[in-house]
Amino acid sequence: MLELKGLTKHFGGVRAVDNVDLTVAQGEILGLLGPNGSGKSTIVNLICGLFPLTAGQVMLRGTDISELPPHTRVGMGIARTFQNIRLFGQLTVWQNLWVAQNSSEQTGSENFLRRWLGGSRHARAEVDRALEFFDLAHKRDELAANLAFGEQRRLEFARALAAKPALVLLDEPAAGMNAEEIDQLDARIRKLRGEGMTVLLIEHHVELVMSVTDRIAVLNFGQKIAEGTPAEVQANPLVREAYLGTATAA
Amino acid sequence: MDFYLGLIQIIGVHTLLGLSAYCVLLTGQVSLAQAGFFAIGAYVAGMLTVLAGWPIVPALIVAALVAGAMACAVGFPALRVKGLMLVVATTAFGEAVRLFFFNFNYQLERGGFKFGPHGGEGFRQIRYFPEHGWSTFDVMLFIWVAVVLVMAALWWMDRSRAGAVLRAVGEDELAAQSSGINVTAVKVTAMTVGGVIAGVGGGLFAHYTTHIEHVQFGVVLATFAVAYPILGGLSNVFGTLLAVIFIQGFLIEGLRFMGDWRNLLFGGLIVLAMNVRPRGLIDAHTTLALKRIFRRKESAGA
Repeated sequence: MLELKGLTKHFGGVRAVDNVDLTVAQGEILGLLGPNGSGKSTIVNLICGLFPLTAGQVMLRGTDISELPPHTRVGMGIARTFQNIRLFGQLTVWQNLWVAQNSSEQTGSENFLRRWLGGSRHARAEVDRALEFFDLAHKRDELAANLAFGEQRRLEFARALAAKPALVLLDEPAAGMNAEEIDQLDARIRKLRGEGMTVLLIEHHVELVMSVTDRIAVLNFGQKIAEGTPAEVQANPLVREAYLGTATAA
Repeated sequence: MDFYLGLIQIIGVHTLLGLSAYCVLLTGQVSLAQAGFFAIGAYVAGMLTVLAGWPIVPALIVAALVAGAMACAVGFPALRVKGLMLVVATTAFGEAVRLFFFNFNYQLERGGFKFGPHGGEGFRQIRYFPEHGWSTFDVMLFIWVAVVLVMAALWWMDRSRAGAVLRAVGEDELAAQSSGINVTAVKVTAMTVGGVIAGVGGGLFAHYTTHIEHVQFGVVLATFAVAYPILGGLSNVFGTLLAVIFIQGFLIEGLRFMGDWRNLLFGGLIVLAMNVRPRGLIDAHTTLALKRIFRRKESAGA
């Protein structure tokens, strides 16, 4: 599905991402772990095309998309959420999803005027269905800025799915959530996998990552230091070192 | 009576000017180029009726299209910069347009008299309305037909998906991009629509004043253009109308009896209004509250 080849991004002298190779298979849930500042969010931003690569390639289903602008990539099936929530605060919950229906399939199936003036009944029904799935139907006419934190996280997740992506990049979706909300998130991610969605999950919440992912890649200082099943990664000494530091000889 | 008709005309034309800035502001861009598009509309429409002898309606349509095309052309390079830099870039464009008309000399002689734009002296004798026997009241009505049409179209646009997309871009460009919205296309489109509306406003302005010159289209007018929607609030088109009535009707004309103190109070009242209602006279909460009241009435009636 997604293949990163020698992905590199330097900000001035800082090597935020350094020669990372990573493959996400169709229908897989891949966890991306790493200490703060290890380049996880930068990788997500590079996959989305928010800034140009220093070197390397981003391939989606075998096509090189490294040079494409962000909105085109969404049309091709890559959607994301943000680490710090970025909703359209002065739009209603319903409108937040309505404006995000931008997959090439959605753009192609309706004629231009219909799409921009009203949106088909089908498109509107899709929004309502998404609100049900994320338990936001009762808030549909509320301004997004007025939602509680957990609801905002859910809405952002819903907005990412509104463009019917094949691959969704979740940047710390559990940050600031309580245990119950994390369980719901876990269930939703599993349900999506059941529907064939591919997920790249960046998360600090270890239990969630261990429970829901098929494979995990670990970054440190912009480089990939480990990759494997959750159990393998947990046992990897390099990973322990990255998180806990090296044991100095006493 | 003519005083009030004149005032209503001014309010109508300035509402169009404000609405042209409203379109652009929805996408989060502050453009001071609107006075430039307004000037282009004024000169083009005036030249078409005076020099080419066109009727007013086609002249206005062509003026609107020319101003719109100009806005589109300016939009591509200008919208690459944001915030303060965009303000500077659009101000520069507005001034360039003004200085163009300061130097623009294109006169035709007819019956011993010269007609047409005459550089710094301006463009006199745009007398389509008096020549065709329109009374001040007719002109006022004509202006307001245009205002109502534009307001209705924008009101409709606002409630459609296009309106939501414009606002989404204004709220958060990065999130809009990441939701698959082509931000550049949206911003340039908004700029173009704004240019068309300013062009209509300018064309009407040229014909009811009958005499235009470059100084009328300077930075002050551009500032007024963005001040209306900002003061009125961006939740719907009526905010802009209300702000124009407040500024032109109340602050400029209504306070005339205060003499020189008026200008001081003018600034003070705008500051006060922005403090009391930081999101504009009509904000999203007002709209929601109004909606709730109407819904309650409906359900009570049923």
